[in-house]
Amino acid sequence: MLASLDQKLLRDLWRVRGQALAIAVVMAFGVMLMVMMDGLINSLSETKRSYYERYRLAQVFAPVKRAPKHLLQQIAHWPDVTAVEGRISGGALINLPEETIPIRAQAVSLPDYRAPRLNDIYLAEGRRLDPTHKNEILLLEGFANARGIQPGDYLTATLNGARRSFHVVGLAQAPEFLYTPAPGEIVPDDKRFAVFWMSEDALAAALDMDGAFNEVLLTQPLGVNSAHLLYQLDQLLMSYGALGAYTLDDHLSNRFISEEIQQLENSNRVVPPVFMGVAAFLLYIVISRMVQSEREQIGLLKAFGYTGWEISLHYLKFVLLIAIFGALLGCVLGVLGGRGLSGVYQLYYKFPFLLFRLDPATVISSVLVSIVVACAGAAWVVRRVFALTPAQAMRPPTPTDFSTGLRFGQGLLAKFDQPTRMVLRTLNRHPLKTMMSIGGIALGMALSAGMLNVLTAFDRTLAFSFEQVDRSDLNVNFVEPLGPDSLYYLARLPGVLAAEGVRDVPAIFHFGRERYRGVVTALAPAPQLFRSLDKHGQPIALPQQGIVLSKALAGQLKVQNGDTLLVDIRQGRRPKLPIQVAAIAETMTGAPAYMDLKALNRLMFEPGRVSGAHLRIDMHHAQTLYAKLKDMPAIASVNLKNHSRQAMEKMMDEGAGATRYVMMIIAAVITFGIVYNSARIAFAERARDLASLRVMGLTKSEAAFVLLGELGIITLLAIPVGCAFGYGLSALISAGFSNDLYQVPVTVVPTAYGSAAVAVLLAALGSGYLIKRDLDRLDLVGALKTRE
Amino acid sequence: MNNTGLQGLDLSRPAFAMQGLTKVFGSGPSRVEALRGVDLTVPAAELVVLLGPSGSGKSTLLNILGGLDSATSGSLFYFNQDLGGMDESELTQYRRQHIGFVFQFYNLMPSLTALENVQLVTEIAENPMDAAEALAMVGLENRQDHFPAQLSGGEQQRVAIARAIAKRPRVLFCDEPTGALDSKTGRTVLNVLQEVNRELGTTIFIVTHAASTAAMAHRVIHFADGRISKEVENQHVLSAAEIDW
Ligand SMILES: Nc1ncnc2c1ncn2[C@@H]1O[C@H](COP(=O)(O)OP(=O)(O)OP(=O)(O)O)[C@@H](O)[C@H]1O
Ligand SMILES: [Mg+2]
Repeated sequence: MLASLDQKLLRDLWRVRGQALAIAVVMAFGVMLMVMMDGLINSLSETKRSYYERYRLAQVFAPVKRAPKHLLQQIAHWPDVTAVEGRISGGALINLPEETIPIRAQAVSLPDYRAPRLNDIYLAEGRRLDPTHKNEILLLEGFANARGIQPGDYLTATLNGARRSFHVVGLAQAPEFLYTPAPGEIVPDDKRFAVFWMSEDALAAALDMDGAFNEVLLTQPLGVNSAHLLYQLDQLLMSYGALGAYTLDDHLSNRFISEEIQQLENSNRVVPPVFMGVAAFLLYIVISRMVQSEREQIGLLKAFGYTGWEISLHYLKFVLLIAIFGALLGCVLGVLGGRGLSGVYQLYYKFPFLLFRLDPATVISSVLVSIVVACAGAAWVVRRVFALTPAQAMRPPTPTDFSTGLRFGQGLLAKFDQPTRMVLRTLNRHPLKTMMSIGGIALGMALSAGMLNVLTAFDRTLAFSFEQVDRSDLNVNFVEPLGPDSLYYLARLPGVLAAEGVRDVPAIFHFGRERYRGVVTALAPAPQLFRSLDKHGQPIALPQQGIVLSKALAGQLKVQNGDTLLVDIRQGRRPKLPIQVAAIAETMTGAPAYMDLKALNRLMFEPGRVSGAHLRIDMHHAQTLYAKLKDMPAIASVNLKNHSRQAMEKMMDEGAGATRYVMMIIAAVITFGIVYNSARIAFAERARDLASLRVMGLTKSEAAFVLLGELGIITLLAIPVGCAFGYGLSALISAGFSNDLYQVPVTVVPTAYGSAAVAVLLAALGSGYLIKRDLDRLDLVGALKTRE
Repeated sequence: MNNTGLQGLDLSRPAFAMQGLTKVFGSGPSRVEALRGVDLTVPAAELVVLLGPSGSGKSTLLNILGGLDSATSGSLFYFNQDLGGMDESELTQYRRQHIGFVFQFYNLMPSLTALENVQLVTEIAENPMDAAEALAMVGLENRQDHFPAQLSGGEQQRVAIARAIAKRPRVLFCDEPTGALDSKTGRTVLNVLQEVNRELGTTIFIVTHAASTAAMAHRVIHFADGRISKEVENQHVLSAAEIDW
């Protein structure tokens, strides 16, 4: 119908192809993120749900020291309990010939002549256990693969102080071990933590648990509140050494995966809309400029009898072509990105299967969203098409009126030459436009700056905890808390330069209705190797009385400084201690609670006890020292700090780290898109003036100054604004991403802002270069022939 | 300012001398021969009027003479300087120091006042006149601080002329300077141009569709189909005020 208008459409599109592409790419990234994150959230939560369901993951866990089996029947008769399972689980050390340090492991029992009612396993390779062979085990697949262990191999492990040889008959995974960091760490390292499953009888024998269990697993009907059940369990198991029942929500592995999904959802709610907003903004500017410069043509078309709708449709089509191209490109990128990312996720979250599954509705909705966004951008402008009358449009162009608007002081302007005045007056004449350009560039910069700030701050936190908080070389944990002699003994071992005791005591913190299962960390006064530090790196002074809570923990419990907590100690005599909060400190990782060592021991009536020690060692004697430690039955585990650190760095570089580079590229593209667009539009608006300047004999560079000077000033003004936006964004991100597992600090990282500013400047230079190239090729005669 | 390419101007020669000048746009089926061999000599300080039907090549010739475009073949001398042999930056210097332009659409910088528009040129010229003086020459001494949007079309065109003459160019090219103006305003503009020619000795080319303008020229060149069809030297030159529109 509008064949000739469609011809115009294609020509216009080709003419502004650079801009159109930039906008399409910004839109594509928004769609890509939407498709990718939606698909990931979908895949992760679906896979998690079906994995949990198929292998009957428990909803409630109640660890206990040692409880007789007949209690299980009793629990099974409770109302609102659908399934109960009792099992035995315990710490172990695996001794591999190539490792001088034994590897921490968890041994878990499997019933001998039936399948477990809850917490079943997924057998990845080999066969299940034969209950007549008591030395058979199933080994966690991730560990086996990392260590090159196959079904049929033998390995030795220390259980309850006794070393035994085991026959690996199969490799397994389980929903409760989706994410398996070693105890006390937050990043999994397949090589350094193992789980193995063995016959219940055999494990009971090894751990002195005949006729007993040390963990209850439960499920409840859907939608039943578990608070009462937890209370009942704690009551029932109290006298057997209950460590505090907890729900799946507090299960560590599940928490990590759920937090991950939650964070994806949070980002999905914020990030794609930002991209879409930017794209709409850019489209608005381009179309608004087109309509402005084509007002005569529009008037003419109207004079010929085209309706406002027909003409508007022409501009809408223009926008739609860009939007649909961007959306389709985004879908393709999203699928590719999603596939790649789900591979990364599988490195850390051990799903037996994880397929990136895209809901077709996601594709449809993202295409629709792009279209709506694009139309929203254009709708404002299209109103103007309707408002234009043929007569109005046909009037000769009147130059923009520069007499109104903010007057610069003449004294100020007198200092500048005419080209500079042109730049200043143009910026001043269109303050809204100038502000929008500044805002747009600042937004792009804020994306880079905010993201970089958060990530760098997070890196620093890690470095901080490995360099400032923990200054030891290794730490050992004892099987049971020991007296002060143990420290003297450790200190005298060959190669040990210093030994410092700590006491970690599992505890349940109660305050009002709030409850938190955590650990009290008790430290000697003025410790050197392992310190409690606040977020500024200052040591937190531990008072003689009272407890110091991290802000994260205080937040969980909703306590204020001075409140008195009930600390339910789950060790030794298990006292319930009312302890006053002496201070709340901003720490950087976890949700620690600190006490003075003597004070805690006094409250527990266990003077001089420590549960482990941090050691500084002489690396020359490390091997002999490891061998000695390996043979000490009182030592439950030995952990080299460098190993933890390497695992953390590996994740930063390969896992979560990889996505940050993608984010940076995306932010850079957006920034460039915005800067380039602003520059292009300024060029289009000024082409005629620039041609006049060249005709008058201004050189190419002199003419370019008028245009690029404007771009330069806008860019320079945008940088401080971008810093402010970036800070706001990083505060938002850290609020959204912090929890009691880890905190994302809101410290200002100057290099983040510096890099983002450099990126903006580079984008401006790049755009400036492209524009300058076109400016040099400007057809003087052609530009002057046209009226506007 | 560096204008090495234009030093040692031999002012005894004619301002422009061209032989067999041609200009071809495009190639293949869209090929247009805008100039098909123009031979012309114009002494300095003359006021030349170019007439001819639309599309005959008047603007094309003006653009080439003014250094905005280059000829396809033929020779072109500005005094003793070979314009055809100049590169981009030499042409820029040529325009900067020697040439002024006035167009049908005034092409003023909307963000600069009348005075500032003139200063734009005086700031880069070697031997400019005072910007206010240039405005006075076109009768706009009272409108110095007005922005283009506050001026009428004729006034804008006079600012454009002031801007063009302020650097004391040797040559002024005016492509349909009165095209967008009514006859009375047009006459004022032509009057200004004639005065500039008389008082400053500026060589002036005026392209126009108003044949009566020819009466105020020293030389009238008729264009047709890319060639000069007739060249007339007026013995008696009328003043702009005497022209019959
Ligand atoms: N950039 C160009 N590309 C192709 N052809 C051109 C170009 N510029 C001019 N022409 C052609 O050259 C011829 C001469 O054009 P020119 O503008 O010199 O005419 P003119 O005499 O000034 O006409 P008018 O009186 O209408 O202004 C015309 O046929 C025109 O179509
Ligand atoms: Mg013409």
